Amino acid sequence: MLKRFSALVLAGVTAFAMAGCGSGSGGSGGSGDGKIVMGFSQVGAESGWRTANTKSVQESAKAAGIDLKFSDAQQKQENQIKAIRSYIQQKVDVIAFSPVVESGWDTVLQEAKSAKIPVILTDRAVDSKDTSLYRTFLGSDFIEEGKKAGQWLVDQYKDSKDPVNIVQLEGTTGSAPANDRKTGFQQVISADPKFKIIASQSGNFTRAEGKQVMEAFLKSNPKIDVLYSHNDDMALGAIEAIEGAGKVPGKDIKIISVDAVHDGMQALADGKINYIVECSPLLGPQLMDLAKKVVKGEQVPARVVTQETTFTQDQAKQALPSRKY
Amino acid sequence: MTAFLGPFLRHRLFWPVVILVGLLLLNLVFTDNFFHVEMKDDHLYGSLIDIFRFGAPLILVSLGMTLVIATSGIDLSVGSVVAISGALACLQISDLGNQNSVGGVLSAVGVALLLSLVLGAWNGLLVAGVGIQPIIATLILMVAGRGLAQLITQGQIITINSSPYKLIGGGYWLTVPFGIIIVIAVLALTAFLTRRLALGLLIESVGGNAEASRLAGIGSRAVIITVYTFCALCAGIAGLMISSNVSSADGNNAGLWIELDAILAVVIGGTPLSGGRFSLGGTVLGALIIQTLTTTIYSIGVPPQTTLLFKALVVTIVCLLQSPAFRAKVFHRRRRPAGAPPVAEEKVRVSA
Repeated sequence: MLKRFSALVLAGVTAFAMAGCGSGSGGSGGSGDGKIVMGFSQVGAESGWRTANTKSVQESAKAAGIDLKFSDAQQKQENQIKAIRSYIQQKVDVIAFSPVVESGWDTVLQEAKSAKIPVILTDRAVDSKDTSLYRTFLGSDFIEEGKKAGQWLVDQYKDSKDPVNIVQLEGTTGSAPANDRKTGFQQVISADPKFKIIASQSGNFTRAEGKQVMEAFLKSNPKIDVLYSHNDDMALGAIEAIEGAGKVPGKDIKIISVDAVHDGMQALADGKINYIVECSPLLGPQLMDLAKKVVKGEQVPARVVTQETTFTQDQAKQALPSRKY
Repeated sequence: MTAFLGPFLRHRLFWPVVILVGLLLLNLVFTDNFFHVEMKDDHLYGSLIDIFRFGAPLILVSLGMTLVIATSGIDLSVGSVVAISGALACLQISDLGNQNSVGGVLSAVGVALLLSLVLGAWNGLLVAGVGIQPIIATLILMVAGRGLAQLITQGQIITINSSPYKLIGGGYWLTVPFGIIIVIAVLALTAFLTRRLALGLLIESVGGNAEASRLAGIGSRAVIITVYTFCALCAGIAGLMISSNVSSADGNNAGLWIELDAILAVVIGGTPLSGGRFSLGGTVLGALIIQTLTTTIYSIGVPPQTTLLFKALVVTIVCLLQSPAFRAKVFHRRRRPAGAPPVAEEKVRVSA
């Protein structure tokens, strides 16, 4: 507890100090000494995924010799806009940020553009019509994740003629990952009519709701072969529901999930989940590469997809000891 | 016919019961085996059991909320207290050498509930001691509390593996889900304190007019602090249940928006937001209606995009049926002309 309290105090002091240098030395951020200065504004620390994301950015900045100015927006757009303005004042070489929300960025991005500071979006997109406001968007392709999940299913059942009854736990209704993971999955499995999604409900990306929805699925659908969950947490909740119903997760009901957070990987290694499509937060190294190119003035693609993989049960056992999150 | 049904029709809980039965009938038509309850691995298993099991935390929070609303207050912070209590208990259990030790789990539960009591007393002091409007006073903890929960969990989901803790929200005792037993115990205790002892009358009196009550010699301040503390305790227990059910604490999402569901449950149950009168039975019915609605949506497969609309529709119907003025207009012709208008009846009636 004490450790946490002191961490909080430290964070407060750091924020203070940062605000202090923001007002003073305008020239400190310049590229005079050849070291690139990057201002990074993070969404917050709302999940293990996000924490790993933050760590990845900080560590790879150090490794790449980039001077990182980091700020945590605590889920608030106004904090993020403030941070970006302070980076513009400090004349950093490049600004990167994960937008809390999609809209409302035009003004501040215009300011960055006028100051000739390139902007890189990470993980989440903005809905600005004017794509010249940022150089590139680095993040996961959720449709591709859905497709990978569907492809595994198609491969698993390629020799079988029987109908496959699928239930789906969707993410928060209307969110980009939920929409896209559903679409991608659908695109792949719809080629074969034996795959039937017999029930699909939102579990809001949480364990508690995943469990509750799965309980209802189990009662209203006597025969479920496969569960496709839009993230690991809902799958973990559903596993409890399946066990409570006297069935064996991973055997009686096969489970496909997306994310590959630690608890999910553990369940995969334990044989309770069958397949996980990674949605990697470790985009730091790619971000630093892009930053270097952008600062040099090289052309970069407008959309860069995070390098991601997939995990089977055996791969999970091998990967688990060295996982960072 | 009308003469026979009259007393039932006029009972305050008649319409909530009608709605609950209506929702269950909807399931009878659309869902196979909805009413089927069987024994599986030595415990009861079925959709009806699920409604009670998943509804238990909401019933608890709503019970606390009922008493707060009866004093014409409101507590927006219950969702945050749910998150804090679950997070603190899970953090302590995760630090235990042996997560299955009953003593360690009990002390973790004790500390979590103690903190809930402190948070409730804080709310009560802000409202009764400092005189801040309840909606603002509890808004402070609603916002700050979520931050506190995240601080406790360090923004991570704490996963534990403790069978004694699992019992609270996910276990069974004598084939019955343990959560239901906790709810019955809390309900019985609350009913005894408020209906057998004078506490209920004092609460209603403070809700009716705090100043007049004070002048009549009732310690309004103490009563208000007591109900907020009780409300936070209920939320704390609910928080333990929710985290225990999934063996993990999620500072971000545990109990999110439960305060709104609880307020809705209280209102559906016939307790007016203006205070001065409350019905514990009505609140339990209200919470069960909300949980049945959720389970119904999952069971009959309402598409996720229309879930909120469907919920809104049902809630609107419930509220309309609960409104005496609306009923008087719509059902007027069916009633005996001599029957007393329900409006007058609602005002005169003192809670049983």
